[in-house]
Amino acid sequence: MKILVSVKRAIDYNVRIQIAPDGSGVVKNGVKHSMNPFDEIAVEQAIRWKEDGTATEVVAVAIGDDTVAEQLRTALAFGCDRAIHVKTDDDVQPLTAARVFQALAERESPDLFLMGKQAIDDDANQTGQMTAAKLGWPQATFASKIELGDGRATVTREVDAGLETLSVDLPAVVTVDLRLNEPRYLKLPNIMKAKKKPIEDMAFDELGVAAAAPIETVTTKAPPKRGGGVMVDTVDELVAKLKEKSLI
Amino acid sequence: MSHKILVIADHHDGQLLDATGRAVTCAGQLGADIDVLVLAHDGQAIADAAARLAGVARVHLVDNPANEHPMAATLAPQIVAFAADGGYSHVLGPNTTFGKDLMPRVAALADVPMVTDVMAVHGPYEFDRPIYAGNAITTVRAPEGQLLVASVRCASYIAAAANGHASVAPATTEAELPDHTRFVSLEHAESDRPDLQTASKVISGGRGVGSEENFRIVYDFADKIGAAVGASRAAVDAGYVPNDMQVGQTGKIISPELYMCFGISGAIQHLAGIKDAGTIVAINKDPEAPIFEIADIGLVGDLFEIIPALDAAVS
Ligand SMILES: Cc1cc2nc3c(=O)[nH]c(=O)nc-3n(C[C@H](O)[C@H](O)[C@H](O)COP(=O)(O)OP(=O)(O)OC[C@H]3O[C@@H](n4cnc5c(N)ncnc54)[C@H](O)[C@@H]3O)c2cc1C
Ligand SMILES: Cc1cc2nc3c(=O)[nH]c(=O)nc-3n(C[C@H](O)[C@H](O)[C@H](O)COP(=O)(O)OP(=O)(O)OC[C@H]3O[C@@H](n4cnc5c(N)ncnc54)[C@H](O)[C@@H]3O)c2cc1C
Repeated sequence: MKILVSVKRAIDYNVRIQIAPDGSGVVKNGVKHSMNPFDEIAVEQAIRWKEDGTATEVVAVAIGDDTVAEQLRTALAFGCDRAIHVKTDDDVQPLTAARVFQALAERESPDLFLMGKQAIDDDANQTGQMTAAKLGWPQATFASKIELGDGRATVTREVDAGLETLSVDLPAVVTVDLRLNEPRYLKLPNIMKAKKKPIEDMAFDELGVAAAAPIETVTTKAPPKRGGGVMVDTVDELVAKLKEKSLI
Repeated sequence: MSHKILVIADHHDGQLLDATGRAVTCAGQLGADIDVLVLAHDGQAIADAAARLAGVARVHLVDNPANEHPMAATLAPQIVAFAADGGYSHVLGPNTTFGKDLMPRVAALADVPMVTDVMAVHGPYEFDRPIYAGNAITTVRAPEGQLLVASVRCASYIAAAANGHASVAPATTEAELPDHTRFVSLEHAESDRPDLQTASKVISGGRGVGSEENFRIVYDFADKIGAAVGASRAAVDAGYVPNDMQVGQTGKIISPELYMCFGISGAIQHLAGIKDAGTIVAINKDPEAPIFEIADIGLVGDLFEIIPALDAAVS
């Protein structure tokens, strides 16, 4: 089985983000970036299948400028066999990303396309579903458990009502949730080995994909601040405050 | 130009969910011509409930056994076909897991971009939405002259009142339905407690609660004051509570009048889920816990002493 897995570079989840004073976005220069945590879980899953013999080849794919190569190297250090870097300096919104991933999937013919359920920068939560729609493939989003076998995937999804299980024919797009696994720590020899693995660079235009009409960002601002809070010293004081507000 | 808005109903177990009413309220800020589309099996009661939502003009019910379980691959082509036939300018869904799964598939089939998590409307194509777990808000402008697909951040809206009387009509679409996706099961914890996403009071526990057994005191106190129960990711990961109780960036985003949390440190990913709560009360034994920076009322102390004391004080 062949697996494609998408890898997005995003500001590290531990960073307290700063809004650019001119409202153009968040400050990205000089800020620590890493692989979107959901993508790390997707990569980990693919590699576990490689290790147990379920997967024969795992290919990491990314869209973005030169800096994205760093996250592709990380994916290779996890154990991906090779990587494809679709190069562009432009913003890539989900519909455009989906068109690119469609083209890559048509070229690579994977049995499974694994993605993060959302990227923690834009929190769009769209790309996987859009890619599945473009390909006419089934989708199973927010996966916390995936069983592969017999041309099918049985996927348990974290939904508002609880845990839903779907059975989908392969090829399919599956987007992963946090509880699917805990990604490993990378060991130095693997990081060294990754340096020798191939990353294929591809110009965006080579794919014959058109960028979608963009959603423009007008301005970015900080969320409204909550009013200052108070500390109380006793349970009685707390209860009195809540009664004052008719909350209990 | 006048706009025609289609809201996709979210429902479960034959009941219309409150999230649909919230999406209708958002739709009301876009225009006055609002229809609701119910895709269901035996969905008459759901459609009737949707027809009572104030501001809704018409409810369309596509009743089909294939729609018994909400699978995006099955629903999306029907929605795209229906929206095209009906000349809709906007299609909105709630940002519940139903809408999150479905709406991007709808947008991609229609080959239009999508706006996730609309939290404020500036105009028919201009919206505010949160990014970076709500640590920044962007105003975005979507292309005009094509279908606009969006999900509505339910925590930002109150549900439309249930005093309307829209018409209900059966509908069909020509869409071809795929057979590559099959529903297997839904594991759903039955509970008499209020629903976490719509409750006016929520009591949450974190890693500090320590175990599944210890959560009992959280449930008991919640029951006493009629609250729903939530949790941090750490509490879910540790197996103290099921996943559907997770509050935060990757769990549920809620806006209760009262949010009271015990043994939760206040990671930004957790705070993302509670920014719209009316009053946030934090109980934590660590006076430096970041949760106190956002709490309206904070109390430093051991939750195992404080919960019983609270319990006694409200009895
Ligand atoms: C409304 C809006 C405004 C924007 N404004 C800006 C802006 O001002 N500045 C700016 O720099 N960018 C902007 N973007 C683009 C943004 O940086 C993202 O690249 C794009 O929106 C993808 O969104 P997401 O990653 O949240 O998608 P999601 O759908 O949340 O991503 C899900 C998954 O898809 C995969 N994926 C998505 N994109 C890629 C990729 N490029 N490479 C590899 N895998 C990927 C990953 O596996 C990811 O986990 C904007 C996007 C939107 C929707
Ligand atoms: C991509 C991503 C997405 C995430 N999404 C979410 C999300 O949606 N929701 C979420 O919650 N988290 C999310 N997280 C995890 C988040 O970063 C934190 O790890 C998590 O919220 C911590 O949970 P906690 O506060 O219960 O645990 P901890 O941070 O361990 O805090 C426990 C607290 O309990 C206190 N405590 C201990 N014992 C007692 C006692 N006896 N009495 C009183 N106080 C006590 C301690 O002082 C401490 O402050 C996400 C993380 C990532 C990377």
